[in-house]
Amino acid sequence: MMNREKLLEIHYSMVKVRRVEERLVDVFAQGKIPGFIHVSIGQEGVAAGVCSCLTPADTIFTTHRGHGQALAKGIDLNGFMAEIYGRKDGCCKGKSGSMHIACREAGVAGSNGIVGAGLPISLGTAFASLYKGEDTVTVCFFGDGASNQGTFHESLNMAALWNLPVIFCCENNGWAQFTSQRVYMKLENISKRAEAFGMCGVTVDGDDVLQVREEAEKAIDRARTGQGPTLLECKTHRWLGHYVGDAQKYRPPVEVQQAREFDPVARFEKFLLVSGHVDRDYLDSVEAKIKSEIDAAIAYAESSPISEAEELFTDVYA
Amino acid sequence: MKETRYIKAIAEALHEEMARDESVFVIGEDVGGAGGAFGGTRGLLETFGERRVRDTPISESAIIGLAVGAAVKGLRPVAEIMFADFLTVCMDQIVNQLAKTRYMFGGLFNVPVVIRSPGGGGLNAGPQHSQCLEAWFAHVPGLKVVMPSTPYDVKGLLKSAIRDDNPVIFLENKALYALKGEIPEEEYLIPIGKADVKRPGSDVTVVAASRMVHQSLAAAKILAEEGIDVEVIDLRTISPLDKETIFASVEKTSKLVIAHEAVKAFGIGAEIAAMVCEEMIDHLDGPVVRVGAPFVPVPFNLENMYLPNSNDVVKAVRNVMQY
Repeated sequence: MMNREKLLEIHYSMVKVRRVEERLVDVFAQGKIPGFIHVSIGQEGVAAGVCSCLTPADTIFTTHRGHGQALAKGIDLNGFMAEIYGRKDGCCKGKSGSMHIACREAGVAGSNGIVGAGLPISLGTAFASLYKGEDTVTVCFFGDGASNQGTFHESLNMAALWNLPVIFCCENNGWAQFTSQRVYMKLENISKRAEAFGMCGVTVDGDDVLQVREEAEKAIDRARTGQGPTLLECKTHRWLGHYVGDAQKYRPPVEVQQAREFDPVARFEKFLLVSGHVDRDYLDSVEAKIKSEIDAAIAYAESSPISEAEELFTDVYA
Repeated sequence: MKETRYIKAIAEALHEEMARDESVFVIGEDVGGAGGAFGGTRGLLETFGERRVRDTPISESAIIGLAVGAAVKGLRPVAEIMFADFLTVCMDQIVNQLAKTRYMFGGLFNVPVVIRSPGGGGLNAGPQHSQCLEAWFAHVPGLKVVMPSTPYDVKGLLKSAIRDDNPVIFLENKALYALKGEIPEEEYLIPIGKADVKRPGSDVTVVAASRMVHQSLAAAKILAEEGIDVEVIDLRTISPLDKETIFASVEKTSKLVIAHEAVKAFGIGAEIAAMVCEEMIDHLDGPVVRVGAPFVPVPFNLENMYLPNSNDVVKAVRNVMQY
């Protein structure tokens, strides 16, 4: 069992993701955010559990549903918020938006809007770790839907073959946009595919953040010590639709309701209370602190201007 | 100076750049143990070892994706895609990832990747192994596209491409791999984005790329006997286009022919013609005429009817000379 400080760190991370995503749903409904956003409410256990094992020198790649992982990896909240708003002071100068969040200091080498495209790219940062003689690792987050892209298969084969220090973390929430896993693939546990490529695969309850952390730690340790890649499948639940505003009419209402019963945040808080690590006052103080951080970030974002026209032409080439 | 084949000039450039910069590595199918399907990476594995020369499975998307990630983390990959036709297999990684990483992440990362790939017909390799696709990549902001026509140009440009901090699609031509040419003994670089006047002339401008440069030079010889003095410009780099050199020539001759092996319709000739018409219309005596392949897939056994050649360039020049 890890020390109290680490447990509280993980808790903070999960609650932060939850509250940020909830606030984004809110401001999006107010028409303040351009484009589309895809929030990860319900899936906080995976982001917090895995990222709690990583350092800023490690790299993550994530998806269109990547806010939680970027936040858990340590991206600055103000820069993140301004980026979602498409403003000049965003972490990517307002040119990436929700789906392409990146941050060099926090080791977020990019969220990707193409399903499955991050896996081959994650081979590269892992390759570079070995090439440079570092013990840094790469984690590539992706969903159940991405596991049928050719890039998934190419990447697992190459990672296994070259013993690359990469963890392929599949957030399996059972839904690829509007289609259920039952409808688009035969296999139930995606981790079984690892064996086909000669590498390690494991399935965990993604809504039990401590289980996620335990297996992630083993996988990351394997990677750091030259024992190669892991396919870490975390079964979790997506509460909202594919994008904010998606009414999820394609999904049985009972299932949508039941998804909330797996609430990883509530579950972890219950554990912390019962084990005596925290009391209610502490939980309230965390909520208050996070709320003020988010308020500040929103203010930061809303006061940041949209870039001038010249910005259109910068950074195309080095 | 020493006489060297185009393919050997490529291998020399790779040797030199890998010796110079430890962050340069080579990756692709058959590049290591076999020295490359065409010999472009010959000797590299023996000299630099397995860490820096990587044979891959047949996985184009993984090859290019790995290159992107490695570049993001500070390395300088030179990836080989065996035939330019196979670039289509990894188009997402090239167009949506490689080309856009720097821009969409607000300049956080450079992606100094070189993708080497041979295009072109003339070897009866068939429709899926003979295409010229430079227009596809020139159309994507964020990529540079280079198409050298001689051993001298290919070596100097490959060295520059490797040193460039941007993604470069380095399109070689397999029919030119055996071409011999003089190259300096000492080190030299050729800047990307600079065309080369291969034959100065005063009557008509022929802008050409890759194999069509040689066809255009042959055409120029024939036309010289008719008293027509042709200026042949070798683009060398497709994107960014050397507008200055093209415009200076058109200003001099007032007549323009563009020759490329790629299908004429929607090719790079269309871009150059439009550009000249938009900005230099007062300097043109008549229409801009393009030479390119017909709008059909490359046929396996009818290549001599399909591939543009010096006769086509001669006809095109005689056409514009009427104005």
